[in-house]
Amino acid sequence: MPGLKEIRKRITSVKSTKQITKAMKMVAAAKFRKAQSRMFELRAYADKMQSVLSSLAGSVDTGHPLLEVRPRKNVEIVALTSDRGLCGAFNTNVMKAATRLIKDLQNDGIEVGASAIGKKGADLFRRRGFNLRRSWTGLSGRISYVNAQEIAKDIIENYIGETFDEVMLVYNEFRSALVQKVTTVRLLPLSPVSAEETEPNEMRAEFLYEPSQQAIFDRLLPKNLEIQIFRALLESQASEEAARMTAMENATKAADDMISSLTLQYNKARQASITKELMDIVGGVEALKQ
Amino acid sequence: MENKLRLEIVTPYGQILSEDVDEVTSAGTDGEFGVLPGHVPFITTLKTGVLIYKKGSEMGYVFISSGYAEVSSDRVIILADSAEKAEDIDVERALAARRRAEERLKEVEKIDFARATAAIERATIRIQLAGKRVVK
Repeated sequence: MPGLKEIRKRITSVKSTKQITKAMKMVAAAKFRKAQSRMFELRAYADKMQSVLSSLAGSVDTGHPLLEVRPRKNVEIVALTSDRGLCGAFNTNVMKAATRLIKDLQNDGIEVGASAIGKKGADLFRRRGFNLRRSWTGLSGRISYVNAQEIAKDIIENYIGETFDEVMLVYNEFRSALVQKVTTVRLLPLSPVSAEETEPNEMRAEFLYEPSQQAIFDRLLPKNLEIQIFRALLESQASEEAARMTAMENATKAADDMISSLTLQYNKARQASITKELMDIVGGVEALKQ
Repeated sequence: MENKLRLEIVTPYGQILSEDVDEVTSAGTDGEFGVLPGHVPFITTLKTGVLIYKKGSEMGYVFISSGYAEVSSDRVIILADSAEKAEDIDVERALAARRRAEERLKEVEKIDFARATAAIERATIRIQLAGKRVVK
């Protein structure tokens, strides 16, 4: 049995760890609320954009290069992870899904390239000896629309330059504070925009377009991709903080359990040492009497 | 409400403005346009510039960085990459952004010319606009 002093030392160290995890949990909670509200703020924009796109889709030529489906010879996998750890299985889940997807595609004889958003993903890809085409790191915590624009621009250029024929994004979709689900979405080619059915043709014909319907449609498509990426970034951010909250909550609980079991051990040891001392004294007294 | 326009400005960072106004003037890619209640429905792309709205005797100025506008007889919806009301513009930031972009322009070999000039344009308009306040 470890000595009293050692146990006391361990209790203090676990207690300070507990304080850290507790603080981290509260920080994560605050960041989470912020990330969540940004996610909702984007929704209004995304919805309006979608409604304009679908109202245009019926009346324009949809042969835009970003909509064109090419035979899958080379697929790009983009894994969206966090820059920082201590958030449970958040990054591992994404990487697992991404690796599985890569293997599946390779088994089908398709060339696969990979990019990573977030430091953790980039590190993990590298450690597994996977060649990264691009990586974007240091976005966590201050994601801006410009980040999404940069990523979209790079992907679009390479897609049009036929570096790859399809782009898949693997990320943690935000379901609720307790549930994050790893999701794989196809970024490019863009899924065809369906024309709005509720709106009759005559209604749409009333709109004037400046410069032209086609020009607006062509400009909106890449913007649509930017928005999709931005949304994924924000969702992943919210998921990350939610995952960290849960992880830190669990860590705090584990620390509590550990403290109580250590305290029990400490008391037992203390009791034992007192009993031993008493026995020594009694033994000494008895010896003197004789 | 009769003879009013609902002006809504939405960016990826949230809604900037949602108000009933009398008149809206904005910079489209094909030139400036004005909208009064009862305007013919139209959709246009916007370039970086200033949107001016009139509400009674008040004038409001909003900085708009490229996007598009959807106009119908009683509403104007602006979807912009970014937008700020004149009073919310951070002049320090705009000045810093312009300096950065100008620095980039000097390094001739590795710049993205279009991006740098666009950044300068955005910053310049922001700075000019920042001085203006809502006139009552």
